[in-house]
Amino acid sequence: MTKAMTGAKMVVQALIDQGVDVVFGYPGGAVLPIYDEIFQQNSIKHVLVRHEQGAVHAAEGYARATGKPGVALVTSGPGATNAVTGLTDALMDSIPLIVLTGQVPTFMIGSDAFQEADTVGITRPCTKHNWLVKETDKLATTLHEAFHVATSGRPGPVLIDIPKDVQFATGTYTEAQQVETHYNPQVKGDMEMITELARAMETAKKPVFYTGGGVINSGPKASQLLRELVAATGFPITSTLMGLGCYPASGDNWLGMLGMHGLYEANMAMHDCDLMINIGARFDDRITGRIDAFSPGSTKAHIDIDASSINKVIHVDIPILGDVAHVLEDLLKVWKERGAKTDKEGLNNWWSQINDWRKIDCLKFKQEGNVIKPQYALERLEALTKKHDRYICTEVGQHQMWAAQYLGFEDPNRWMTSGGLGTMGYGFPASIGVQMGHPDALVINVAGEASWLMNMQEMGTAMQYRLPVKQFILNNERLGMVRQWQELLHGERYSSSWSESLPDFVKLAEAFGAKGIQCHDPETLDDAIMEMITYDGPVLFDCLVEKHENCFPMIPSGKAHNEMLLGDADTSDAIQAGGAVLV
Amino acid sequence: MSALKIKKGSTSHSAYNLRPNYSDTIERHTLAVLVENEPGVLARVIGLFSGRGYNIDSLTVAEVDHLGHRSRITIVTTGTPQVIEQIKAQLGRIVDVHKVNDLTVEGPSVERELALFKVVGTGDHRIEAIRLADIFRASVVDSTLESFVFEITGTSEKIDAFAELMQPLGLEEIARTGIAALARGHDS
Repeated sequence: MTKAMTGAKMVVQALIDQGVDVVFGYPGGAVLPIYDEIFQQNSIKHVLVRHEQGAVHAAEGYARATGKPGVALVTSGPGATNAVTGLTDALMDSIPLIVLTGQVPTFMIGSDAFQEADTVGITRPCTKHNWLVKETDKLATTLHEAFHVATSGRPGPVLIDIPKDVQFATGTYTEAQQVETHYNPQVKGDMEMITELARAMETAKKPVFYTGGGVINSGPKASQLLRELVAATGFPITSTLMGLGCYPASGDNWLGMLGMHGLYEANMAMHDCDLMINIGARFDDRITGRIDAFSPGSTKAHIDIDASSINKVIHVDIPILGDVAHVLEDLLKVWKERGAKTDKEGLNNWWSQINDWRKIDCLKFKQEGNVIKPQYALERLEALTKKHDRYICTEVGQHQMWAAQYLGFEDPNRWMTSGGLGTMGYGFPASIGVQMGHPDALVINVAGEASWLMNMQEMGTAMQYRLPVKQFILNNERLGMVRQWQELLHGERYSSSWSESLPDFVKLAEAFGAKGIQCHDPETLDDAIMEMITYDGPVLFDCLVEKHENCFPMIPSGKAHNEMLLGDADTSDAIQAGGAVLV
Repeated sequence: MSALKIKKGSTSHSAYNLRPNYSDTIERHTLAVLVENEPGVLARVIGLFSGRGYNIDSLTVAEVDHLGHRSRITIVTTGTPQVIEQIKAQLGRIVDVHKVNDLTVEGPSVERELALFKVVGTGDHRIEAIRLADIFRASVVDSTLESFVFEITGTSEKIDAFAELMQPLGLEEIARTGIAALARGHDS
């Protein structure tokens, strides 16, 4: 069956056919025909953001919280260039997005027309794939293929650049099921390798599961299988920042997050293990620390859907190319068929070692005096929101690490944070996307005041769509992480790392018609948090915290996992010149 | 370097051998990349090399299957075995890439390059130029009373040698195509 329609109508039709219910966007000259079609239908809701970067981050938040691809629609030129940070962010964190950009009409491309930019050229390195569609007849096919590419294999953002004349012209609409594609990444792992891993698991004395965002991206089934595997083997499990929630924080075998600001027991287990099972993580530099001292005595297995992630940074002994859920299903089956064996005695010794490490209690802090410690604020936020099925976003910096340390995640898709790119300004628009996907859920963005200001214009969006997102700002009037590095690395010369001329956040909230709450007293913090949770509408919570608190534990740049700093007393001369050049 | 020689240290025999035995030796590999003939596909491949800091020694590209809409990109690159494996894996994940073959490790292959040489001169130089061209089996594709344009095909080493000999004889300009390569035997 073929249907004739305009390119603009095809865009809307393809989105409907792909099951899209919300688009985040901002109109402009080159996308007016598409906006005209959006106006004339009711299947897709359009959320008008206040900046194109916000549109892409909102789509990211939506995608991560729902497991469905996020869609953003922006105009040509500045609309497209403003989307670049969000695209790069999504590429680094493997978030499936479809970003549609308008373009000047085909006959004007290359003439430096008004609001013209070489969008496919600019976005080629920051998308998984992109297309410039020059014929209306090819538009529907490209749109359907875009959804397939964004969501298959290692997910990522794709972009379709659509010239205005292509939107106006009439062509033939191709149905999704008629589209052929050669892009079909392998999902089943090699059975020989899986068997080899099962064999290694049987004899391991000090095993550890090292899980990452790939488990979440693989879908809820992957998390379910992972939990089964952990329960059946009794092995300890840690996760990267990206993988929090794939195993419940309340689970017995949970070691907490690993990495630069990971927990002592998690990093020590990584360093001392004899079998490391990497499931959907990528040996990022924030995880490995010093490469040549990374887990020196272990056999390393790596399950990843992207061949280029395997052996990129760390040489692995048991590489398994495939989708996490598929591989875990086979692994569980093989391991059970072989008798579900583990080295019980070895594991007991390993756990007693781990429990000794746990006794260090690396997250301990003292809340004393009348200033709120950021850790205390998060501890109270955790206690008071735990019973909700809540969704947490963050910005980037100290607050992000504290949130990862002090908040517990019981399920996947509840934690939205910019991991790979580290984009300040991500969290607020992301929280808007999450709330669109889960209208009745409690959505909290844990923020720093500096990050939050980077996309504060989205207050307008939150108000317009009555999205009750809670902005929980840990306000230390500093770029906390920059300040911490300057203290440790640059002789306490705090160059441009304080937030001067900050707005009055309560008045700012009120100027938008939202609720503002300020709290500086540990005594009233609980009541203030409860007020935030129970208020039906967007809340800007200005939590004034200790200004010079550092984030620990910390693996200093250029150091190994077993060289963690646990507190301020450890920090003198901790980082040498070799480490100082690292970021 | 002969195209037939399999370099020491390269133990991988497929583009996706995930268990390579790495060494620090710098190797030269010829990669054949079969791609969808889409606008921008060459930019994707080149952007990958520049963006991730890989070397390109030679690169050729042309459509090889008009109906199937396929182009073949032949890249000669250098790096440690680990870098070469990364390059192949990175190329393999470009959506428009159908197949990556490492001709250097997958078996014997032939490599050829075509070049055009403009040599300007009269008298003895001109006579010597045409004698050497004959020895190298270069053919004359354009001639005036003061100049020749020679066409030569062969390995890059042969073309380098010819260029060196022509230098004192009035070599004005060279155009080289870069390397085209195919696996020997019946397997593709």
